[in-house]
Amino acid sequence: MGNPCAIVGIGQTERYKSKIKKSMAGLVREAAQNALNDAGCTWADIDAVIIGKAPDFFEGVVMPELYLADALGCVGKPMLRVHTAGSVGGSTAIVAASYIQSGMFNRVLTLAYEKQSESNAMWALSSQQPFSPHLNAGAGGFFAPIIREYMRRTGAPDDIGCKVALKDRRHALKNPHAHMHEPEENLDLDKYMAAMMLWEPLRFSEVCPSSDGACAMVLCNEDLAKKAPNKPAWIHGTAMRSEPTMYPWREEVNPQAGIDCAKDVYSQAGITNPRKELDMAEVYVPFSWYEPMWLENLGFADVGEGWKLTDSGATSLDQGGDIPWNCSGGVLSTNPIGASGMIRFAESALQVRGMAGDRQVPGAKKALGHAYGGGAQFFSMWIVGSDKP
Amino acid sequence: MREIAIIAYHQTPMVRDAGAKNDVELVMEAVQAAKDQIGFTKDDIEFTCSGSCDYLGGAAFAFVGALDALGAVPPISESHVEMDAAWALYEAWLKMQTGHFNTALIYGFGKSSHGPMHEVLALQLDPYYTQPLWPDQISMAALQARAMMDAGKITEKQMAEVVAKSRQHAKANPNAQLKGDYTVEQLLAEPTLSSPLRKHDCPPITDGASALILATRDVAEKVLAGTGKRPVYITGIDHRIESHQLGTRDLTTSMSTRIAGEKAGVKKGKVDIAELHAPFSHQELLLKEALGLDDSTVINPSGGPLAGNIFMSAGLDRIGAVATRIMNGEANRGVAHATSGACLQQNLVAVLEGK
Repeated sequence: MGNPCAIVGIGQTERYKSKIKKSMAGLVREAAQNALNDAGCTWADIDAVIIGKAPDFFEGVVMPELYLADALGCVGKPMLRVHTAGSVGGSTAIVAASYIQSGMFNRVLTLAYEKQSESNAMWALSSQQPFSPHLNAGAGGFFAPIIREYMRRTGAPDDIGCKVALKDRRHALKNPHAHMHEPEENLDLDKYMAAMMLWEPLRFSEVCPSSDGACAMVLCNEDLAKKAPNKPAWIHGTAMRSEPTMYPWREEVNPQAGIDCAKDVYSQAGITNPRKELDMAEVYVPFSWYEPMWLENLGFADVGEGWKLTDSGATSLDQGGDIPWNCSGGVLSTNPIGASGMIRFAESALQVRGMAGDRQVPGAKKALGHAYGGGAQFFSMWIVGSDKP
Repeated sequence: MREIAIIAYHQTPMVRDAGAKNDVELVMEAVQAAKDQIGFTKDDIEFTCSGSCDYLGGAAFAFVGALDALGAVPPISESHVEMDAAWALYEAWLKMQTGHFNTALIYGFGKSSHGPMHEVLALQLDPYYTQPLWPDQISMAALQARAMMDAGKITEKQMAEVVAKSRQHAKANPNAQLKGDYTVEQLLAEPTLSSPLRKHDCPPITDGASALILATRDVAEKVLAGTGKRPVYITGIDHRIESHQLGTRDLTTSMSTRIAGEKAGVKKGKVDIAELHAPFSHQELLLKEALGLDDSTVINPSGGPLAGNIFMSAGLDRIGAVATRIMNGEANRGVAHATSGACLQQNLVAVLEGK
């Protein structure tokens, strides 16, 4: 893994929203400045900038890093733009970590953003590829049949999805940055179950919002981490895996790429039992049922048993669960797509720094950040800890 | 710093229109040929990184489909940059520096024949102030060429000489799209497209893909032993970006190339050959000056981007073209350059050596 890498600064959009009335440059600048403030450094202290976002079509700017170079203080510096579909926020953080782990850089800024109000993300994700049949309407349309298959295999009760969504939306009330702050009276299982069906079995209440926002982190080497004003988080492992969207015998409910990626990152961090050894996880769950599915894929529960953890409250911070998932409110409460992976990674780091405010898991020492993308085929994960590995 | 070498490189023919051949087929051809050169299978590749642009195909996630070309079953460690694949190589090089990987496959692809390339690139600009004016790529390059002429740095004759040399060099490159013997007088007799640029001062629309394989010294020496080829080490690599606002830049120089060249150590030894990613003729002259190269260096022996320009892979192709010559013993030390953005906004410089 190379040299130790610490996260010493985290900055987010003050409040993610469906439409933020700022330029893209203003949007990224705010998150980056907040991260620099946390790290106690200035633009001049940054050696390189690593930026990520999902498809350029969302905002209609080809390779927008070129336009954002000035806003991110990059003039005369190295800048790299990562794009790995929905997992990009996580992948970007991992690429940024390799700048430090390689020993080639001392302190870097990494940032991911999306300004979905510039277009319609659902249709941007439904474009027809040349020479290919047009298969789906939006990401939900792609994932709904996979979720139905999960329900068929496990026989899980119909309301598990709504329970996930309710849990995450309750968590979101503790997170001042979260997009969705629903009034208490709306957070009701009957109301969630009665919501309009969008892509059967996914109801309107069980899908992520479309958000604007940016998330940034300052990463540095050991020497600089010692001088940072706030407590650092340390990277204990990073992993990425990819597989094709479709091939015969592909397991779509429990993808091999996710299993392999988790195995890799756990072995780097010396974890054998994630439910016991991790204190919390921020996992990419844009559609409710992906919580039980990822609980199994990531080894927190046996295959077919993930929904029982959700049902028992084990993943709820409010119910004092032993393995809280998505204390920030998760993707179900905030989804600027390209940034969502980095928000997971950043929130896991905030937890082990003890800086997560009302959403803090008491005494959290080790946490997982997770992101996935494409047809549940691209995965990026990291494990961060309060102690240097 | 770990010693990382280039051990294989393949480029598809740089054609004007690849017809019904899609991205996956282009990538498959390049990747398979690169692996075949050294007898690699996909199991020998530890990390994969690619570069591409969604706007060429007109749909999100161009790179997702391209994964089909790799046979990524079981799943692979893989990443992608929405940049020229030269930066994918940079990412892979960094990951190898961490000690986590010992081999890497890099590929880039672009099918520019799908749409109006030069107008599409207007969408690279500031979306609020510049994009609505739709300045196309050629017009912006013309502004730069004009600024250089006004500053007394270049003449139209020198630009034509760059083109004549490119096409003459390209005669030895079977993948090149534009080649042949042209005199400066012939070229200057052509009409201007966007003054002072003539059509031949601009890169041809090109379809194609390329792939390159990196390895640590141990692996490289073992793989190439007895093949008559030598590993090509990346002894320096750096990239820099500059302001996006054309009005705030001095378009007649390239501050970012100069810094990247210094950091990469261009001047630490004799430069036998240089492959410069200069899509427009005047940019070759500008880059030559920014890198401090003199006439003892052969520039763009492959013909360069004026002879064939796979958008999103043309930078990686510069690295591959230098590496191929060093690998075969035709040169010992070379410089490769890649660019991105309007009027050379972002630049990467790599120094390659056979040793």
